[in-house]
This record gives sequence, structure tokens and C-alpha cells, in this order.
Amino acid sequence: MRIKSALAAAAIVTLAAACGGGGGGEPAAPGEPVKLDFLSLAWQKESVAANKELVNEWNKAHPDIQVTYVQGSWDNVNDQLVTQFAGGTAPDVIHNDSPALAGFASDGYLLDLSAKLPAELKSDIPQSAWDTVTFTGGEGEQGVYGVPFLQESQVIIANKKLLDESGVRVPTPEEPWTWDEFSEAAKKMTKDGQYGVAWAMKSPVNKTLNLALNFGGTFFQTTDGNTTVKVGPEEREVLQRIHDQLYKDKSADPAALGQGTADPLPAFFQGKFAMLPTGVYLRQQVVEQAPDDFEWVTLPAPKGTSAQQGAVSQTLSIAQESEHPDEAMQFISFFLNAANQAKLAKGDWLLPASQKAAADPAMTTQENGWDVATASAKNLVVAPFLKVNGYDEWRSKVATPVLQEYFADKITLDEVAKRLVEEGNQVLERYHR
Amino acid sequence: MRRVPLYAALLAYVVFLAFPLLWLLSTALKTPQEMALTSPTWIPREPTPANFTDAFGEQDLVGAALRSLVVALASSLLTVVISLPAAYSMARYRSLVNRIAIGWVLVSQVFPFILIIIPLFLIMRDLELVNTLPGLVAVHVTFTLPFALWMLQGYVRAVPRELEEAASVDGASRLRAIASVVAPLLAPGVVATLLFAFISSWNEFMFALVFLQDPDVMTLPLTLVRFTGPEGVARLGPLAAASLMATIPSLIFFAIIQRRLKSGLMAGAVKG
Repeated sequence: MRIKSALAAAAIVTLAAACGGGGGGEPAAPGEPVKLDFLSLAWQKESVAANKELVNEWNKAHPDIQVTYVQGSWDNVNDQLVTQFAGGTAPDVIHNDSPALAGFASDGYLLDLSAKLPAELKSDIPQSAWDTVTFTGGEGEQGVYGVPFLQESQVIIANKKLLDESGVRVPTPEEPWTWDEFSEAAKKMTKDGQYGVAWAMKSPVNKTLNLALNFGGTFFQTTDGNTTVKVGPEEREVLQRIHDQLYKDKSADPAALGQGTADPLPAFFQGKFAMLPTGVYLRQQVVEQAPDDFEWVTLPAPKGTSAQQGAVSQTLSIAQESEHPDEAMQFISFFLNAANQAKLAKGDWLLPASQKAAADPAMTTQENGWDVATASAKNLVVAPFLKVNGYDEWRSKVATPVLQEYFADKITLDEVAKRLVEEGNQVLERYHR
Repeated sequence: MRRVPLYAALLAYVVFLAFPLLWLLSTALKTPQEMALTSPTWIPREPTPANFTDAFGEQDLVGAALRSLVVALASSLLTVVISLPAAYSMARYRSLVNRIAIGWVLVSQVFPFILIIIPLFLIMRDLELVNTLPGLVAVHVTFTLPFALWMLQGYVRAVPRELEEAASVDGASRLRAIASVVAPLLAPGVVATLLFAFISSWNEFMFALVFLQDPDVMTLPLTLVRFTGPEGVARLGPLAAASLMATIPSLIFFAIIQRRLKSGLMAGAVKG
């Protein structure tokens, strides 16, 4: 009975707890500081520390505009935002990635920043990055719905010992491998149960679509405002080459096919394969997890008819309903100045969108492949799929299973093309109505 | 000697049940390098507290656990307090209203809650319950109640009506019969329902994610998810350390009240 009494007391205490007010976005009383909520998705240790430090720095310097740092998570942020936008309680400043902005912008939940951007910030970030956040808004007008600040590119992380032993030419950002050279190098590094390369293809779509731009493959075409899927020779090129490495050259480790991005690392450290094509951010996990005597290098991604890769950006946006959009913009301008972008990029092991930040010594050092990673930013162009209404559904319902079946050698490339187009167009059609 | 196979089977079952917890403990004590070995080790070669210091240093785990505890205790108690009389009347009285109520409870179980999360959010906002722990308690109780009602109803049905009739023959009023005869026999059912409601609330993520925005009111599941990044990449060490700490309160809660989980109280109560 004593336990029951204690539990009952706890319940009463809880229910008697103060019913606090809503989040940010409330008008400040005269003399009171303006309060802004900042939803951040930073999750790496260094990145969280950098975010907190910058918010503290801002709050100390601006007693009249106080920012509350709210940590969210990538996995659920869009569910969270959909509800909060609908309920009118969204944070003032929102961290997200550019593919998610298109839908929120067209629903009218995000503020068009084009008239508010300070000139310095605008000129410091290249147009190719601004393109990733330029969408059609709720009233059909083109607007800028976020400030891009971090970008991801594809590189190859290689086992230095196996690379040196193979005797192949080591590619540089100025002279990357062609896909032919890459395939040859992978073949040379394949021997006695050791593979040249491993493709982690649990989520194959973004990776292959971004690399398909090497040969001008865009996968979507728009005529008369109608977007359809296209799989022509340009789109087939990268798919075929990866498939060849797996089943013709047998230079790619089939065990990695079903794995997520970071899953192949233990086998990589064991020398089971020599090269891992991946996003630049995986370098952090390599640094953290590699055995002390393991030597590795970062190589640029191979080039086709060009070295172009599709880019998506991490962004900061302002909620349409924010009561303090000007103060929120001031905060974003401070948070994303060149010096701070360099800190944030270093913390997340990604590339800064700011050109001044990219010139920061921390971004160009050879240590941990920063020089190669940062140099790859010049190849980033806006990913064509970014502006396709219905892309997310096409990716999850059509492209992911089709590409998984293709890379598992269960269907031919012709079947891939047929299904991506036919089933894909059915999906896209619904979004045109 | 005949019991040896029985104990062996029991031991295997205990190991099977304890495996995730032990693996969590092992992971929480490993360095990132050791976690990336192709042949995983059971006992960490160089045990390190770094994952615990990282997890506790970066996030307010203790505060979040306390808030989760308060929410789970309040939700489970309220659930039982509300569902017990309802379950009794559902089991004992047969009327049209009762049958409709039972049908409604069943229907509510098959309704995907994601569909109502936005309208619910709007209601909670108008009641100024967004961003508050009492608001979360109210939501947890609402969604745990139907199943709790079903559970308890089954336990009430299992108590023979004849026992109550015998009590009334002895001069006890209905309330007295319930308090002195039915209630003690229902104790295991109440404990099981309490546990179910507690665990449901302790683990609940989606409502907490949507309804709680202020860092000062966030519960434990919201804090744990901060160790994960995009595409399923996670900081396994701190996540394991924090998850291990997150399982301890529910283990303690279970240990405290499991003594009440007894069966056979009614064996031989009614002849034939």
C-alpha cells in the first residue's frame, strides 16, 4: 500500500506541474528580449558543440534577441515539422535539407528570404548552392526558402597500402580517374578474396542519381510543365558500370550490396576491399573507428563526360509564421558567416557552401582528406531530382526496389529502364493533377 | 538429477532474454575501434567510460529520465484508475450501450493514430497543453486506455460472479463485495495493466516528438534519438550507454511490483 500511496502522490505532483506556454514565435513585450527557437539537426559530437558554442556567443552579444537551441533528429524532423506547421507552433529558425524544403515552400510554411538576405551572405554562397533552395512558393512565385550552408559530395575512401601496392596512378582533384580508369584500378586491386571496391547499396537511389550526372544522366525531363522519368543512354551509363564491377569484372564486393552507408567499414579496415565510394562525411567515422595502424586516403570521385555531381544542401530556413523574421535573419547571418560555416563544416565533416569558408585552412589541409573533399565542391550542381514533385514517392516505391533488384542481378538494365519509366510516370502523374 | 535439463532450458531462456541487455552493456564499454571489428568481442578489451561521459556530458539524460518517469507513473496510474471501474461495468453489465462501447473500443484500436495527430495537436494547442508534461500524460492515457480496458475486462470476467453473490448472501453491499472480494483477486490484473501502461508511456516517441518542443520538457526517447544521424548512421557508443541507463528505471519498477503478479488466487474458489 505504501508503494501505491507513493505512486499516487507522484501522479498528483505531475498533474499539478505548471502548464507552460507554447514555443517561440510569441511577440515580445516592450523591454523584453525577442525570443527565437532554433531547431538544429546537428548530431555529431563536434558539430553539436559548435552549434551550442555559436548560439551561446550570439546570446551573449545580443541580450535583446535570445535564441533557444532545440535539438531535433534527421529521422523524424519532417513528421515533427508537418504537425508544428499545421498547429502554428513551428520553431522560428529551422535546420533541414534542401529536398524537404520544396514541399514546405509550396504549402506556404516557409518564408521567402530573397528580399531579406544580406548582400555579403548572398555573394559568399555560389549560385549553384542557391539553386538548391530556390523553389516555387505557395502563391506560385519563385523564392529562396533557405540559406544553404553545408553540402555533401561523393568521394572514394581508399586503403592506402592496397592502393600503393596496386601501382595505379593516384587521382587528384585536378586529374581524377575516368570511370574506365576507376574500373581498371578496381580490377588491379582485386585478388585472393580481396575486392577492389565495395558499393553499399541499401539506399541506392540518391547515390546513383548524383553520380549519373557524370554522364549527363538526369532521370527526369520536363516538357510543357509536365515532368516524366527518362532512362536513356546517359542515365544507363553509371548503372551499367557499377553492375559490371559486380558481375563482369567481379571487382566489387557483393557482400556490401545490402549494407547501409557505414556498415562496410569493419570489412574495409580488415582489408577485405580497397576502395569505398561514399559521401565526404563518412571520413569522420573512418577517423574514429579505424585501427591505429590503418592508413587511408580520400580520392576524388571518377569523372565521365564531366565530373559533375548532384548536390543537396543542408539549410537554415525561417518559418512563415515567425513573429520575428528580421531578427531570425540577423541570427542566420551571424550563424552562417564564413568563419562559422567553416566551424560547422568541420564539425559535421561536410563542405561549407560559403566560398570564404572553403578557403579556410581547416578546409584545405591534407589531413583527413579535407583538401580533396573541399575541392570536390566545384563539381556540385543542383541535383535535377530536387525539383521533381513526387520524387520522394518515386524513390521509395519505384526506384529503390528496382535498383536493388538490378544490383542483385535479378533484372536486366532494359527492365530497369522500363519499370523506372512506366511505374515512375504513374507516380508522377498523380502529382500533376 | 531429473531437473537438470529443466534448469538448462531455463538458463538458456534467461540468457536469451538477457542477451540484448548484456550486448548493450558490452557496446557501451567499447571504444569506436573495437566496435568496428569484423569479429565482435563479448568482453571489451579496453573497457572505457568515455561513452557514458559523452552521453551524460552532452545531453540532460538524468533530467529527461526523471521527466519520463513522472509521465509514465502518472499515465499508468491514471489509466488504471479510469479503466478499472469501466472494465468492471463492461464485464458485469450486459446492455446495448455496453456492447456499443466495447465495439467502439475495438474500432479505436485499428485506427492509425498518425491520421489524427494533427487534429489532436490543434486541440491540445487550444487547451494550452502543448509543450507540457500534463498534456503528454493526457495523450498517453487516452491511447493506452482502450487496450488497458480490454486487459482488465478479461481479468474481471475471470473472477466468478458467484463470489460476489456469496458475499451479498453474507450481507455485503455491492461496493463492499467489490472492495473486499473482487479487488484483491484483481490485483495481478491491475499490476499487469499498470506495467503495460508504464512501459507504453516510457517508450512512447511520436507524440512526445510532436507535442514537446521546449528542451526543458523533453522526455528520454527524444533525448536518445539525438545520438542518431541521417540514413541510419548512429553514434553507437553513447547511444548504447544512454539506452542502458534508459532501461534501468523500468527494470526497477518491474522488480518492485512483480511480486504482485501471481496467478492461482482463484483456484478452487467455486466448486465444479
